[in-house]
Amino acid sequence: MAKLDSKIPAGPLADKWRRHKTEIKLVNPANKRKYEIIVVGAGLAGASASATLAELGYKVKNFVFHDSPRRAHSIAAQGGINAAKNYQNDGDSVYRLFYDTLKGGDYRSREANVHRLAEVSVNIIDQCVAQGVPFAREYGGLLANRSFGGAQVSRTFYARGQTGQQLLLGAYSALSRMIAAGGVEMHTNSEMLDLVVVDGHAKGIIVRNLLTGEIERYAADAVILATGGYGNVFNLSTYARGSNVTASWRAYKRGACFANPCYTQIHPTCIPVTGDYQSKLTLMSESLRNDGRIWAPKHQADRLKPPASIPEADRDYYLERMYPSFGNLAPRDIASRAAKRVCDEGRGVGETGLGVYLDFADAIKRLGEPVVRERYGNLFDIYHEITAESAYQQPMRIFPAVHYTMGGLWVDYNLMSNVPGLFVLGEANFSDHGANRLGASALMQGLADGYFVIPYTIGDYLAGQKPGARPSIDAPEFKAAAENIRAMTERFLQIKGKETVSHYHKRLGKILWEHCGMARTRASLEQALKLIPALREEFWANVTVPGSAATLNQSLEQAGRVADFIELGELLCLDALTREESCGGHFREEHQYPDGECQRDDEKFAHVAAWEFQGAGKPPLRNIEPLNYEFTKMSVRNYK
Amino acid sequence: MVAETNSNMISITLRVWRQAGPDAPGKFVDYPAANLSTHMSFLEMLDVVNDGLTLKGEEPIAFAHDCREGICGTCSCTINGKAHGPGHGVATCQIYMRAFRDGEVIVVEPFRARAFPLVKDLVVDRSAFDQIIQAGGFISVRTGAAPDANSIPVPKTDADLAMDAAACIGCGACVAACKNASAMLFVAAKVSQLGLLPQGQPERDSRVLAMVNTMDALGFGSCTNQYECSAACPKTISHDFIARLNRDYLAASVRSAFKPVSSAAGGSG
Amino acid sequence: MNLAVSIFGSTIGRKIIIAATGVILIGFAVGHLVGNLQIFEEADRINGYGAFLHQLGPLLWVARIVLLASVILHIWAATVLTLENHAARQIKYGVKHTIQATLASRMMRWTGVVVLAFLLYHLAHFTLGFTQVATYKENLPLYTMVGDYRVAGFLAVKSGTQVLDVRSMVILGFSQPVVSLFYIVAVGLLSFHLLHGADSLFQTFGWRSQKWAGALRKLVIVFCALYFLGNLAIPGAVLLGKIPVAESARAAVRP
Repeated sequence: MAKLDSKIPAGPLADKWRRHKTEIKLVNPANKRKYEIIVVGAGLAGASASATLAELGYKVKNFVFHDSPRRAHSIAAQGGINAAKNYQNDGDSVYRLFYDTLKGGDYRSREANVHRLAEVSVNIIDQCVAQGVPFAREYGGLLANRSFGGAQVSRTFYARGQTGQQLLLGAYSALSRMIAAGGVEMHTNSEMLDLVVVDGHAKGIIVRNLLTGEIERYAADAVILATGGYGNVFNLSTYARGSNVTASWRAYKRGACFANPCYTQIHPTCIPVTGDYQSKLTLMSESLRNDGRIWAPKHQADRLKPPASIPEADRDYYLERMYPSFGNLAPRDIASRAAKRVCDEGRGVGETGLGVYLDFADAIKRLGEPVVRERYGNLFDIYHEITAESAYQQPMRIFPAVHYTMGGLWVDYNLMSNVPGLFVLGEANFSDHGANRLGASALMQGLADGYFVIPYTIGDYLAGQKPGARPSIDAPEFKAAAENIRAMTERFLQIKGKETVSHYHKRLGKILWEHCGMARTRASLEQALKLIPALREEFWANVTVPGSAATLNQSLEQAGRVADFIELGELLCLDALTREESCGGHFREEHQYPDGECQRDDEKFAHVAAWEFQGAGKPPLRNIEPLNYEFTKMSVRNYK
Repeated sequence: MVAETNSNMISITLRVWRQAGPDAPGKFVDYPAANLSTHMSFLEMLDVVNDGLTLKGEEPIAFAHDCREGICGTCSCTINGKAHGPGHGVATCQIYMRAFRDGEVIVVEPFRARAFPLVKDLVVDRSAFDQIIQAGGFISVRTGAAPDANSIPVPKTDADLAMDAAACIGCGACVAACKNASAMLFVAAKVSQLGLLPQGQPERDSRVLAMVNTMDALGFGSCTNQYECSAACPKTISHDFIARLNRDYLAASVRSAFKPVSSAAGGSG
Repeated sequence: MNLAVSIFGSTIGRKIIIAATGVILIGFAVGHLVGNLQIFEEADRINGYGAFLHQLGPLLWVARIVLLASVILHIWAATVLTLENHAARQIKYGVKHTIQATLASRMMRWTGVVVLAFLLYHLAHFTLGFTQVATYKENLPLYTMVGDYRVAGFLAVKSGTQVLDVRSMVILGFSQPVVSLFYIVAVGLLSFHLLHGADSLFQTFGWRSQKWAGALRKLVIVFCALYFLGNLAIPGAVLLGKIPVAESARAAVRP
């Protein structure tokens, strides 16, 4: 059984991080260069961590499966990044950001982690501005803000609709600077396929060079995973096609606990699905909800009528009706479920009946088209490209889609997993968002972890490791792991079955969306837990992977990722089944208030479920980390 | 773009460049693709064709893609002779089959440039762009050393212009579209973004000189002011930034030739 | 960094060389045209002008060296860049679609080469007298200035001075339709070359921006059209018999 010590420092909430920083061990500058650190992933968390650790003097090796460290999917975040700067003088503070994030997460995150996140949020903005990130500005030359879901202050900094891109390029530029300086050795087209654990500590990784097929071994004094979320387990999501769980999952199979996999976020404003061939769902930023109004026809009969022909009296602005104080800016989980409810009632719009309107007619009337164009022009353009419809002339059709995963590898306050030496940052860990993430918080967390947390906390671990004592890549653990991966690769090529990898990915996605999507029931989850193992068996017997292992082989890459998704999908459903409550993104129909809101069970489930791998074919072990709320009271979320 | 909302079905012939590896011979191969919904994206069409090839036991067409929403800059092919295909201001992944006619022969090729060596089929190696950024496409600021964000006011017009330049997704379409395979628009965008902001001033001269020299050394061509790059750019980045780059480069060259250097310079690293 | 290295050794530097020499050559071409248009006035003007230029002596040579150096640098930089640009894409596209590049910009290398050929011929014709020897200025009877030729108010060539009969050389030269036609085609291509070049040099110096690119474009088009028409006027007028040649000159070349 894994030991889950959260290592939350003692003391008042606001002092914890400051005190912790002064109390944890340091590595002296001359010794730093003797330590090698592997960072997997170069999104916001991975790039910022690599750059910062290299600046400190550590020798960093960064691995990405992309062809460049600038491609990670952090780049697609549109809306913005939260920070408790209170530049708007509207009453924001570190405490308010902390509180909003904690409440937004439906009281399933750690108070101490969330408070630290809110504290360092202000440093992130400073850092990014200094790097040349062109945030939106007011005419006076100072930074502009906008508001986002789940908050009643304007604390979101943004760079048009491309905030994630600009922040990522900032981190990428810092990383590039350290690559040029020799502090970071960059490995592109390199996919991590295994974690090497030596004497109980994470000491290296096995990597497949995606261009040559070479299986390579790398040793280090510590390993950092910043490999993102696992939303592609649903196949259709707003994630990049390449986003995968493989690095995290292989670490899980080496002993790292996987926490709260059932906390998946469904984003309310995405472009609806059109057909079976579809590979990707596209998000329309939450920022649209600042000025757009969400509605559906009151009557089923109106659902296929042109929206302009439906009179005001026959429209149901359901978010404004149900949540008058937050209105269209209700948190994501709530807005998504409300859309589902409307569509379940048969009032969904569009050919499939799976859609609601996001209408800008009022905003255009109030602000004029030029202002709307300036604020959201690029989003309207994206919408037009995909649907060939103009959102200036008719409302957008939107529907919820999988967008983010709050669950991930378990980490302590230092962001270290239960495997010593293995650190997990950003979306890949479970730590800060509880059961639901607020908008504009993912960018904040990724950069907080990479720029301002790991550079301190990794020293606490490394100080206990003898400099230069990392194992050689010829150690038996490395050889065995590499052999194992080589064999697995060969196995895929040998199956020569009758179906493509994508076929299985689609089927897995359908099972999860139907049985473990926006709403889950005991029966649906039990059904999924029958279907997924059967799918897994069929996959391993009947998949076909053409080509060879010695060159670029995208089918082979995808096969490994889908194999891991199938296994994760099973764990996800198991976690959802075991968590007999509704909270945030996890909605169990059995557990709801009469008005359809989440009914938590704080008595039994105010804890983190951290699943521990017990070996193939054996059920995983459910470890528990209790969530102790010392400073805030767990209450029923109320956005009315 | 064609304004139509009804789903129509079309059939096309795909004429794709197939090349097993960097040194293998390459050739165009025709693949028929029938009954495609016009709502399908171009890459989804490739998915469908690839699934068909896989089931026939053939190797699918390797193509670069990731986010499929036009921001990561991974997708890169030339469709009917145009980098990123028939759209304006969009990447390959944002091309939909409604842009093609029923029965059309669609020619798909990799981005071609000496600085972008071919990896396989439609996949090319664009790490040259990373090398250009590593040469100076950054502001040297240590994590934690930054002053308060609002202590550096930036005129809104400058910030907006910097954002226009910063929108570059590093896809390489500018290189692919340029008859000289020049990377000027890419370099210009980064140099301009940082050069327009007060934060970027201390390294402005050294940055432009280093980035241009690296661009030249990597074997990109030069600019002949035809502006095919900005016309093909999925983010419609203006070639005004190239003018700016030229000016910056000339000014930096003159300044660095005459500006006195402290005798203690270069000591502390 | 060494200025020579950053100018001669970089692609941008070499483009700046093309632009800078382009400015010099455009300046010359315009000056040359304006000077030549004096042919439409009394014979004193252009013949006096020619004599004045020759009187400049060393200054004329300075100008000639600057122009020659400009031409050489212009061609050198363009050739080096062209070769590099060819090398930058070794495997060509099977299908290439041009989105917006103007025809003028795509023809630069060819118009440049033809203009160079013309330039050599033009020098051989009017400056060196290698072709059409009989009507070369030094083989024609001298011209006697009727009045004074003044430049900016200063007396340059006194009345009564015997000078070379440039005017007759030009008129007799252009009386041959083939020569005129070649001349017209060549200046046409030169104007076409400038249609891209005169616009492009603003971009290379970094003075062009979307804000006034449209106005610049119109300006350049008008400039190139005027330049072409100006150049067209001389052989055109000769061919149409609008400029009569001095009888003495005609008599000298009559077989």
